[in-house]
Amino acid sequence: MYETQYHRASSVQDAVSRMEAAGEGKYVSGGMTLIPTMKQRLASPSDLIDLRHISEMQGITVNGRSVRIGAATTHYEVASSAALKAVCPAICHLASHIGDPHVRHMGTIGGSIANNDPAADYPAAMLALAATIVTNRREIAADDFFTGLFETALEDSEIITAVRFDAPAKAAYQKFPNPASRYAMTGVFVAKGDNGEVRVAVTGAGSNGVFRQAEMEAALSANWSPDALAHISVDASELLSDIHADAAYRANLVKVMAKRAVAAA
Amino acid sequence: MGVEGIGARVARKEDKRFLTGKGRYTDDMSVPGMKYAVFVRSPHAHAKILKVDATAARGMPGVIGVLDGKQLLADGIGNLICGWMIHSKDGTPMKMGAWRPLAHETVRYVGDAVAIVVADSVAEARDAAEAVVVDYQELPVVIDASTALKAGQPQIHPEAPGNLIFDWQIGDEAATDKAMAAATHVTEVEIHNNRLSPNAMEPRAALGIYDAGDDHYTCYTTSQNPHVARLVMSAFYNVAPENKLRVIAPDVGGGFGSKIYIYPEEIVCLWASKRTGVPVKWTSDRTEAFLTDAHGRDHVSKVKMGFDANNRIIGLKVDTIANLGAYMSLFSSCVPTYLYATLLSGQYDIPAIHANVRTVYTNTAPVDAYRGAGRPEATYLLERTMETAARELGVSPAELRRANFIRSFPHQTPVIMNYDAGDYEASLNAAMQASDWNGFAVRKAEAERRGMKRGIGMSCYIEACGLAPSAAVGSLGAGVGLWESAEVRVNAVGTIEVMTGSHSHGQGHETTFAQLVADRFGVPIDSVNIVHGDTDKVQMGMGTYGSRSGAVGMSAVAKALDKVEAKAKKIAAHLMEADESDIVIENGELKVAGTDKAVPWFQMALAAYTAHNLPAGMEPGLKEGAFYDPSNFTFPAGCYICEVEVDPETGRTKIIQFVAADDFGNIINPMIVEGQVHGGIAQGIGQALLEGVHYDPSGQLLTASYMDYAMPRADDLPSFQVSTSNTPCPGNPLGVKGCGEAGAIGSPPALINAITDAIGNNALTMPATPHKVWAAINAAN
Repeated sequence: MYETQYHRASSVQDAVSRMEAAGEGKYVSGGMTLIPTMKQRLASPSDLIDLRHISEMQGITVNGRSVRIGAATTHYEVASSAALKAVCPAICHLASHIGDPHVRHMGTIGGSIANNDPAADYPAAMLALAATIVTNRREIAADDFFTGLFETALEDSEIITAVRFDAPAKAAYQKFPNPASRYAMTGVFVAKGDNGEVRVAVTGAGSNGVFRQAEMEAALSANWSPDALAHISVDASELLSDIHADAAYRANLVKVMAKRAVAAA
Repeated sequence: MGVEGIGARVARKEDKRFLTGKGRYTDDMSVPGMKYAVFVRSPHAHAKILKVDATAARGMPGVIGVLDGKQLLADGIGNLICGWMIHSKDGTPMKMGAWRPLAHETVRYVGDAVAIVVADSVAEARDAAEAVVVDYQELPVVIDASTALKAGQPQIHPEAPGNLIFDWQIGDEAATDKAMAAATHVTEVEIHNNRLSPNAMEPRAALGIYDAGDDHYTCYTTSQNPHVARLVMSAFYNVAPENKLRVIAPDVGGGFGSKIYIYPEEIVCLWASKRTGVPVKWTSDRTEAFLTDAHGRDHVSKVKMGFDANNRIIGLKVDTIANLGAYMSLFSSCVPTYLYATLLSGQYDIPAIHANVRTVYTNTAPVDAYRGAGRPEATYLLERTMETAARELGVSPAELRRANFIRSFPHQTPVIMNYDAGDYEASLNAAMQASDWNGFAVRKAEAERRGMKRGIGMSCYIEACGLAPSAAVGSLGAGVGLWESAEVRVNAVGTIEVMTGSHSHGQGHETTFAQLVADRFGVPIDSVNIVHGDTDKVQMGMGTYGSRSGAVGMSAVAKALDKVEAKAKKIAAHLMEADESDIVIENGELKVAGTDKAVPWFQMALAAYTAHNLPAGMEPGLKEGAFYDPSNFTFPAGCYICEVEVDPETGRTKIIQFVAADDFGNIINPMIVEGQVHGGIAQGIGQALLEGVHYDPSGQLLTASYMDYAMPRADDLPSFQVSTSNTPCPGNPLGVKGCGEAGAIGSPPALINAITDAIGNNALTMPATPHKVWAAINAAN
């Protein structure tokens, strides 16, 4: 790791000020990707501004069907929240399968979403739940937020402070883990909103990152059952190929995980 | 056996320090003035070095020195060598290319060391290493062994035209061809044995300390055989004469073969310590380990097995290409030859065998022994072939094996080995019973109702351990003898120290070796210390690999114990005025048999050292040494059965049960043996299901971290059912055979046989990842 200056921000405003004062600053909110990258000397921020301890960015609020999760909330807190489990168990289940206990106690939902790793779990949940990404400057619909591999709509020094969504009528996440990293080799989050809207979001498989599967959404809107997906053939041309899985296999996994998610929802 | 003697489940003495973080590993060692080294490594798989410019690096903060390969050459440090001479079938010696500890002309794989930076801290050394400017001229690359043999491929070493190191054979080709011609059925398969990274928990490390006052070197290093390291560094690398070089291998966190060899880093750290005037410590990081630790396996073989009308094997013909990587590592040449092809008879009575082996240079990390070393390759090849043959012949795989078992001993195979003892059917029966083999059809039908594909597979393995009779291996090309040494030192108060040439890096020698002593003299094992791993403390010894510490190392201890016992009895007889032949040793006392006369062990020891009242002419003291050279290899064998369920939608394999029935000869500590089997099976399952080293076509390592290299984890593994049915080894005083590698040798074919049985497609290579299994299911449909 190259030398860096660590800052623990006390408020969102404090974090922004420190970022603006830094040469090549980087926000860190758990650092589950950033710190290993720095250890490999592939990133060399002059300053690390830690958002995890900002109180206004912490905690889970459930108000009726309306859910707000502070961006600095750890995966463990999401996984173990009784209030959240009561209205949206799918996201608790998702969080409980991210990394290992160490990761779940350090990594945060805001950090995961801002990083937008193509194999991360949370981006699929955000898309499928039609979540709103709340920042210190604006609110961004999940559909507009994830723009490509490790790319988001966030601007320089902009901070995710929370995510918001309405609890779905039905939802589930099924992940097929990469045998080595245990990241999602393909993960599918399916959700049916109280308004009947069906969303299917796929992570781990797309060569451009997380995406929605329109054909499956249409099929499930007409008939919410695994069988509704039987005739769908997933296009492999936009999917990732690597030493662990080629695009054709990932296309198969998209369908299998989607079917299983619907069955589990 | 007593509660601490041979056969007792004694808790491991060493675990207290390991489990409480009190172990002392090479990286824990610190000496005054010590500085830190980082190596500059090649980012290219094949390139000419035009220039190494360290000007900027030398001026960086904390930097003490930057040294390169030309300086190393000028100081007369020698090439790394392979210590086992193999001759091609045309009589020519193997073509060994030069391996410089620091390359100064050509780099041949990604990770090849080019320079060393010594600085006040690791971070400063790393910063300076990045500032060393190496001007490379890239050369074409070849990573696959079969490709490297073809015309027009890049030439990796000038000494080895066409990248062929040797073209070797064993067995009678004419007799084998004749048998094949007469066969009523010939099974033909192509077998791939995947390349593995050893992944010891503790990465390699070296601390080189040069003492200018005495012109003496000390090397702390992660070695399985510190004396061999000293010998090789002295005799071949010109680091220092043996009397001026102390090698210490303290606690070592796993070896699996990868720490047998002498690598560039320990040589360069010793040399750099003299050059810079400071002690120099280097510790590998995990990616460096993936890049530079010697890999294992990487064979491709074509196999033909001929059967007569009664399904008896009448011939086996094998053609193997083995990838040895960019350089010949210390024992690389014997792995795909004498540790591999000599085991191709397996547990079967095969009258004619011929194997041809070509070894090849490629632009990849060097390949050498990895847990099992050659024997897993032989077992996988044979047991996949047997399974394929059973399917083709339409007979039960168990019965095909049973019909071909060797049943009388000693048995001379057509490929050198002379099996001394075994009962293969006993292991087969035990494994079939433990796995409820006969009830499989019911379980398969039940799984099918759930939409799952269930399969069962077996593997009957044999291995050769207890390396090895020195004269025999010498005649086959070994550069060293493979005996072992021990010294038993009884202190004046009766406590005992055992100096052993074996080295423990996880095997539990501090417990099992002490059990031998406790068993013999009836003393508590807490009064026995096992000393190993330091060339200043321990007499010359050959170290630990090839499951040899029990059969060879403990045999040396037993031989030394014989001498101690004989002298102790003489002293006791003299003290009690009895006849030496009437003395028995029980519960820490030397007794006159049939009387109540006894001398406590400690009193006898004290008498040996006060020397006030010893038999006439007897030397004072009680310390005896022994060298033990085995008369034969030992032959552990067994039967492993694996049952799996494959999810046809995802190709994911779940292991439902794994049964191991082994014959290890006599067992000193069943708990430690079971632990060895568990670990071995876990590694074998890793090879079969998860692990595989991948290079891209330009020679970049794609599996350079755990993000891409899949190690087995607890939830990949079932609870193992292990048992033993043992035939004592007739060849050594303890009747032991060795158990360290069996699990890794026997398990991969059992698993692949089970998966291919489940999916109905025999064309599947390791690792059987979900992707590959899914593709194989689709190809079969």
